[in-house]
Amino acid sequence: MTKHYALEVKQLSVSYDGVSAIHDMTFCIEPGKLIGIVGPNGAGKSTMIKAILELIPYHSGSVRFFNKPVKQMRKQIAYVPQRNDIDWNFPILVEDTVLLGTYPKLGLIKRPSKKDKTFASQCLQTVGMYDYRHKQISELSGGQQQRVFMARALAQEADILFLDEPFVGIDIASEKMIVDILKKLRSEGKTIFIVHHDLSKVTTYFDDVLLLNKTLIAHGPAKDVMTPQVMSEVYNMDFQLFTESGDET
Amino acid sequence: MEFFHDILNYSFLQRALITSILVGIICGIIGSFIIMRGMALMGDAISHAVLPGVAISYMLGINYFYGAVFFGVLTALGIGFVTQNSRIKSDSSIGIVFTAFFALGILLIAKAQTATDLTQILFGNLLSVRPSDMWITVSVAIIMIVIVTLFYKEFLISTFDATMAQAYGLPIKWIHYSIMVLLTLATVASLQTVGVVLVVAMLITPASTAYLLTNRFSTMIVLASFIGALSSVIGLYISFEHNLSSGAVIVLVATILFIIAFLFAPKQGMIIKAFQSKQIQK
Repeated sequence: MTKHYALEVKQLSVSYDGVSAIHDMTFCIEPGKLIGIVGPNGAGKSTMIKAILELIPYHSGSVRFFNKPVKQMRKQIAYVPQRNDIDWNFPILVEDTVLLGTYPKLGLIKRPSKKDKTFASQCLQTVGMYDYRHKQISELSGGQQQRVFMARALAQEADILFLDEPFVGIDIASEKMIVDILKKLRSEGKTIFIVHHDLSKVTTYFDDVLLLNKTLIAHGPAKDVMTPQVMSEVYNMDFQLFTESGDET
Repeated sequence: MEFFHDILNYSFLQRALITSILVGIICGIIGSFIIMRGMALMGDAISHAVLPGVAISYMLGINYFYGAVFFGVLTALGIGFVTQNSRIKSDSSIGIVFTAFFALGILLIAKAQTATDLTQILFGNLLSVRPSDMWITVSVAIIMIVIVTLFYKEFLISTFDATMAQAYGLPIKWIHYSIMVLLTLATVASLQTVGVVLVVAMLITPASTAYLLTNRFSTMIVLASFIGALSSVIGLYISFEHNLSSGAVIVLVATILFIIAFLFAPKQGMIIKAFQSKQIQK
């Protein structure tokens, strides 16, 4: 038995209309890790995870999860989109949003059973949002909305999770709760990828970091990657900008 | 009350009633998906673009349904093709494709020289629904209800969160084109009732009214169908009693129901919102 990586990316390149978005990325991720995907604005963080999940086409390279193509692994992968990708005015209640997480394993036509509904309620309890189950999703605060989507990801019972900027615009309590849940999932052996841009917490949140800026700059344990030299190199242009936005919050 | 008496006696009125109720239901179902997917303009486009199909069907002596469905699907594909293969934005490519087909349709209708003139296709005439037209509407209603019931889960998630749907392997492109085909069927079924120009109202007005009244998508679909059917029945009654254009009256009834919801809806209505913001100010 050869050991399989949770994710193996080789020479991945993506371009939009002839302009390169990410270029020649190669890395391997072992299972059971909490990985931060970090880099300045426009570094291609979201593009990279969308390409890895084959939500957008990549023009060269290869991606394998546990040595299988994405196609065969889709039901083991949960994806939590950025908050502004969601239409919060959609007529859907909190409980039904979480129930969507049970859909991938149900297959076509089949409806969620009572068991699925009970499981969705449990996931809602895990994130402390059960009392809000009959609310429409726009009636929640940003942090509550993110917790509901965390619950939906839990309901997917996936082995691999991708979260795109989950901590943007949410309260500290929700952020802490989500981080605790993610760390617990990691200790259960799940592999979790988080696109993140708040540099201050990178070393406390993540085991490993993928530092990007159009290509892979560094990959390794958070403490080794997040050194002042590397950071100033990557954020050279943006460093001023970063401290400014840091002052605001 | 003469209307109810006449319904029992005249089969053309019975056909008008059944057809208009079914059109309300069909448009309510597909309209709910259309407005939540931000594709209201697509409904307008397809309804106009079926015109050459109607004309060619007359020329060939076949039911206009077949030609119209063909051109409806062609339009949906054409719009998708232009958007995906150029920098033209979706609303512009919709405008380019449907006006081209509509213009072609106007020329062909004139050439077809049928007893059915352009006015009837543009504005509909419920009282001239033939039995074959009614049966087509019945079939469309059955197809629509069966497909949406079977694939409700897939349609819901691809409408609400297309990225998640795609991430877990749903063929979202095929779902999009299935919805386009259903939209085309709904449009063609509505031609007799409200006509090409006003079909879009049946698609978006009752669904929008329902959207203001509920926080559940499944409830929204049922409500939209009910509101659509109610508009049709009231509209048919008024147009028959006062000898007015049925399509126009149906659309205006639907609009009045929308205005009522817009003002008085328990959560989304303007009046309750104004009241709530005053309370907050205090």
